[in-house]
Amino acid sequence: MHPCGDFRTSYRADMTIFPTRASAYACVAGVLLLAAVPLVFDIYVLTLLIQIGYYGVAALGLNILVGFTGQISLGHSAFFGFGAFASAWLNNRFGIPVLLAIPLAGLMTAAVGVLFGVPAARIKGLYLAIATLASQFILQDFFARADWFTGGSAGAAAAPVAVGGFAFDTDQRYFYVVLVAVVAMYLGAANLLRTRDGRALVAVRDHYLSAEIMGINLTRYRILSFGISSFYAGVGGALFGHYLGFVSIEGFDILLSIQFLGMIIIGGLGSIMGSIMGTAFLVLLPEVMETAVKALAASGLGQMQAVADGIVYFKEMAIGLAIILFLIFEPDGLAHRWRQTKAYWKLYPFSY
Amino acid sequence: MATPLLAGRGISLSFGGINALDGVAFAVEKGELFSIIGPNGAGKTSLLNCISGRYRPTRGAVLLDGQDITRRTTNQRAGLGIGRTFQNLALFGHMTVLDNIMVGRHHQLSHGFLTGMIYWIGGAEREEQTHRREVEEIIDFLEIQHIRGEIAGTLPYGLRKRVELARAVALKPRLLLLDEPMAGMNLEEKEDMARYIIDLNEEWGITVVMIEHDMGVVMDISHRVMVLDFGKKIAEGIPEDVQRHPDVRRAYLGADEAALLGTA
Ligand SMILES: Nc1ncnc2c1ncn2[C@@H]1O[C@H](COP(=O)(O)OP(=O)(O)OP(=O)(O)O)[C@@H](O)[C@H]1O
Ligand SMILES: [Mg+2]
Repeated sequence: MHPCGDFRTSYRADMTIFPTRASAYACVAGVLLLAAVPLVFDIYVLTLLIQIGYYGVAALGLNILVGFTGQISLGHSAFFGFGAFASAWLNNRFGIPVLLAIPLAGLMTAAVGVLFGVPAARIKGLYLAIATLASQFILQDFFARADWFTGGSAGAAAAPVAVGGFAFDTDQRYFYVVLVAVVAMYLGAANLLRTRDGRALVAVRDHYLSAEIMGINLTRYRILSFGISSFYAGVGGALFGHYLGFVSIEGFDILLSIQFLGMIIIGGLGSIMGSIMGTAFLVLLPEVMETAVKALAASGLGQMQAVADGIVYFKEMAIGLAIILFLIFEPDGLAHRWRQTKAYWKLYPFSY
Repeated sequence: MATPLLAGRGISLSFGGINALDGVAFAVEKGELFSIIGPNGAGKTSLLNCISGRYRPTRGAVLLDGQDITRRTTNQRAGLGIGRTFQNLALFGHMTVLDNIMVGRHHQLSHGFLTGMIYWIGGAEREEQTHRREVEEIIDFLEIQHIRGEIAGTLPYGLRKRVELARAVALKPRLLLLDEPMAGMNLEEKEDMARYIIDLNEEWGITVVMIEHDMGVVMDISHRVMVLDFGKKIAEGIPEDVQRHPDVRRAYLGADEAALLGTA
């Protein structure tokens, strides 16, 4: 969809990741605005944005696997956890600078993802779902047993990112680390999808028989997609670990894996920007619910015992409810809604 | 005599009890436009599948340029220069037309995910642009410029068939396999398609093996025709001879006879 008058004059212009020049400017402006956030907003906002950042990186990885390649994973959080431990371990054990340990942890996680992806490449659908569930439990079990790697039940300390003598040890500073990582990882994915291997992944999803006829090695690309997806999960997890300063073996469970799935379903399967929209939605939803619950509890209605009990559950249920509502009413996700809204305004007031 | 570009040696294929193909032998010379005809269920698509690698013959061998490729996987055969279209539409429905065709370039492109992700730095951009230019030539040739940005799955049937052809041509095939490229098209679309196929064969120098039910077109544009019936080859030769062949007339007896003579 292009606004009237925006014609491309070269292949180069026609091959950008941004659909229009205006959208490219909007993206740059958005990033610049975000860069100003630590100067304006308090820790509360920063914490939420940082969370959206590291979860958003991992969610994008899952979207590459599920949305773009058409596979499924119920074990994404285990890879997220693996990345967190791997980065802390690389730094603690070998003294590798954190800034380098984060991408290396991503690579280690990718290797593990490929390992689990090898058997997974031969199976589909429900069987694949169960196989990835197995990877979830195997890795969780590994976290609990591998003291040398995770610190066992004691967990592992994760040093802050430091460059030279400068430590990114406050939320204000760490925000920039996450911002750069998010921009790099999202640009990387956008580039991937407009080059050979990215198209191959989507081809495998859309019509695997044709993909094969076009010369695409299905097994290779199914495994590759696990590798790339795990790389993103690992980097996201590493960012998470160095933010908290401590990685514990709890928390990387099936529930978080489901939440990752929720993020990409809500954001839009097969949409890069949808991945971060869905992540933002699921990170912010509990906050909004919290506020709503507090307001409700303070009101007269909250004084009644039954209502007071109910609203606590309501908050818990909100995520599940959001996923279900999206599946029914907005199966293409927020990204799709966003595109439609844009299309509407572009032609306004002649939007018919 | 020069080695044929494509040769089948006693190809047999069975599914449980059914013999889809039974000792089919044939040869297609470089530069030929070779058609395979036969009643429904004769085994035409099965034979094409044996050539493209979807099926592995139970017995026999497939040779490309004298080289036995029977054991090669489907995706390897694309690299050897075999392109094909399907009887039923098989586009990547959620991709744009352009991306569909660019997938055809898979083997020609060298930049994988690593250099792809850093698009601007590692040379991936330049490669994409070079191939984009070549792909545009195919797009121009097949007259689908106006839909290059559309999502393939939303296009009308005739156009989708054309995009599928473009995608197969993007592979730079030496051998192009077409499974009923004109099925379900109206007269005008058929004429266009026939013209494209002739041009691909004559001007682009691509050897074509085509399955088609429209006898008028087949007899008109093919250099040679092979007839299958119940998995067996019953005739092969130039269109006029095949049309006159008694076994062929028997196979097409009844309602299809008029079709065979191209008078339908
Ligand atoms: N995968 C398969 N499993 C079982 N039987 C098959 C399979 N593929 C083809 N056959 C059988 O092989 C025979 C030949 O089928 P094929 O599709 O090759 O025929 P065709 O000549 O292409 O027919 P049509 O003109 O209808 O496309 C048929 O009897 C068909 O049922
Ligand atoms: Mg057929």
